[in-house]
Amino acid sequence: MSKRLFVVLSLFVAAAMLLASCGGATSTYTCTDAIGCVTIAPGDPIHIVYALVVAGPNESLGIDSRNGIEIAISDTGGTILDHPVQFDGEDTGCSAEGGQAAGTKLAADPTIVAVIGTNCSSEARVAMPLFSAAGFVVVSPSNTAPDLTEAGNPNNYPGYLRTAHNDKVQGAVAAEFVYNELGLRKAATIHDGSLYAEKLQEVFATHFVELGGTITAQEAVDPAQTDMSSVLTSIAAGGPEIIYFPIFMPAGGFLIRQARNTPGLEAVKLMGADGLFSSDVMEGGGAEIEGFLVSSPLTQGAEYDAFVAKYQEMFGSAPISIFHAHAYDAYMMIKAAIEKVAIVQSDGTVIIPRQALRDAVYATANFDGLTGNLTCTPTGDCADPYIAVYEYHAGQYPPEVIWKP
Amino acid sequence: MFRTWRQRVTFSDIMVWIIGLAIGVVVVWGTISTIQSGKYSAESWFDLIVKGLALGGVYALIAMGYTLVYGILRMINFAHSEVFMSGPVTAVFLANALAASGFLNKQPLLSILAIALLSMLVSMTVAILVERIAYRPLRNAPRLVPLITAIGASFFLQYTFRGFYGSGFQAYPTIDALAGSWKIGTVQLYKTQAVVIMAAIVLMFLLYAIVMWSKLGKAMRAVSEDREAAALMGIDADKIIVFTFALGGAAAGIGGILYILLFPIAHFYMGFIPGLKAFTAAVLGGIGNVPGAFLGSMVLGLIESLGPNLFLDGLGIPNASQLKDALAFIILVFILIFRPSGILGERTAQTKA
Repeated sequence: MSKRLFVVLSLFVAAAMLLASCGGATSTYTCTDAIGCVTIAPGDPIHIVYALVVAGPNESLGIDSRNGIEIAISDTGGTILDHPVQFDGEDTGCSAEGGQAAGTKLAADPTIVAVIGTNCSSEARVAMPLFSAAGFVVVSPSNTAPDLTEAGNPNNYPGYLRTAHNDKVQGAVAAEFVYNELGLRKAATIHDGSLYAEKLQEVFATHFVELGGTITAQEAVDPAQTDMSSVLTSIAAGGPEIIYFPIFMPAGGFLIRQARNTPGLEAVKLMGADGLFSSDVMEGGGAEIEGFLVSSPLTQGAEYDAFVAKYQEMFGSAPISIFHAHAYDAYMMIKAAIEKVAIVQSDGTVIIPRQALRDAVYATANFDGLTGNLTCTPTGDCADPYIAVYEYHAGQYPPEVIWKP
Repeated sequence: MFRTWRQRVTFSDIMVWIIGLAIGVVVVWGTISTIQSGKYSAESWFDLIVKGLALGGVYALIAMGYTLVYGILRMINFAHSEVFMSGPVTAVFLANALAASGFLNKQPLLSILAIALLSMLVSMTVAILVERIAYRPLRNAPRLVPLITAIGASFFLQYTFRGFYGSGFQAYPTIDALAGSWKIGTVQLYKTQAVVIMAAIVLMFLLYAIVMWSKLGKAMRAVSEDREAAALMGIDADKIIVFTFALGGAAAGIGGILYILLFPIAHFYMGFIPGLKAFTAAVLGGIGNVPGAFLGSMVLGLIESLGPNLFLDGLGIPNASQLKDALAFIILVFILIFRPSGILGERTAQTKA
């Protein structure tokens, strides 16, 4: 009996000593952050991930953004606070399903400090609740749906910011361009049920009507639809002068190819938005691409030219889509915020408090980025939007800028 | 023993009839109100009909593979949609090479034939390989086993081709000779659609001739009737089954190129929806029946093309074109309620083999 008591007692003593020794090691810093801290031991990498569409029909969009981030990492020597940067991520497929899968996978990894993504607004709608609950800070280079940064909107989550413009801007620019510059009065719109397309065509339609134009039809297609004849016939019945379809590939390519082969639409103008700014659209549209218009951000300046030269050198081509500079800026903003809030200990251990990091990114002001002078609003809109209109010509990429504000 | 009609008609029969009747009434009502509204011109209707027939022609060629294999093995070859996909996703490289060299627009006919031939060979090879590797070892297994294998083979092929050519899409070049339209009176007949319809009809007739009048076709029908008896008559059933798969594969490969003429973007996932539609068309026409597959495909193509504008528009349903797939399947339900074996199907199909 006394022997058993002795064994139990000695186990207690051993356990107490073990606990005491543990407490001793972490006692130099106690995390007081509301949503926790990431501790990076000396020599360990700082983990930043992408959640971009890097496979499938819209892969140019995501690969282009990823290239932008890789240039940013290379420009800053691949380190943050003398820790190497571990950069990897998941494909999001430009769909809610893809966003869900990538979000679930990434949210389970507690080493992740920040996420750069997503590309498509529908992905953000399903991945953001997961990222937000996991305590990440997320900066999107190309989500443009107004909902995501609208205060009080159920799709606005803490920890979400974007360097891309808000579609309230893009939709208005497109409507003004069509009404004032092209002088057209009758427009039809098509969306694909995605958050991005549905909201953007809504903003366009509202502004177009405010300017005095008429919307003859607001139709929708399925993102995987190939045969557009019924929707185009239905639109032709209203006799529009322009069809505005801010959707994605491949449905966008099928619309471009089939619109001219519909009775009544032989001379109609076609216009898309930034989701259809990529080299894939050139291929998907074939010869019918001639004259296809898109609204998209325009990035310019000496720094941007140097960036393009570096892009050419690292990836062997000119930028393949439009949101590379936005991704570059997203990385730079995150890096600056980490450097501002991280606690560096004498042995080189870096502690990043998550809520403080979010606050620091939200507090970004007058940040000199490639895409302009970035200042974030309390709901996460950081862009300095400058939207231009581009025109595609067969066999020529990138498309020509035909109008600037 | 004779039973009164009260005993013969069950509750579920009545429910089915009510559902069928409701679908019929809604369709007729929608059609009448669309036509009364006069929203669409005669030219638009003509265009939709032509496009529907072209789509139907493509479905017919794919449906051949389902119906022939069903006729002979009593199994649904769900990997057939991938047999269809394998041709066009491979032939795109030849098409782009021909376009780059300028040959495509100098000799459009020769080029299209070469592309179709390559597509046909690839699809045929894939069909034969699937039969040899996935189905033959299971020839005498219970009927559910090859069905599950077919679904597995379908996924395997999809991701194999994704591995080969990547997850992005490949666009086919534009063929100048097929661009534009002929003007007949007030209507436009687009050249692409006209060529696809003609090619599909000629090919379907050719397939029908092979099945009905060639020696191999006769052997095929004999094996389909009774495999043991055919074997006793000196027909090598294994060889005939391989021939059936090859014929279905070749039809799917050419159908793939016709599909590409209509929708010139190829990717590894492109087979799924057309495959499902062609299967539906085969069931609609009466599975196991060649003219039935043709008729079912044309009906399905027309419903899909005309349906959203003809019935749904009149009912005031927004974004009708998004519902065209749903519509196609609702009509399938409607037809199967009244003719469970399909339009030209035989009611005794189950008792064979």
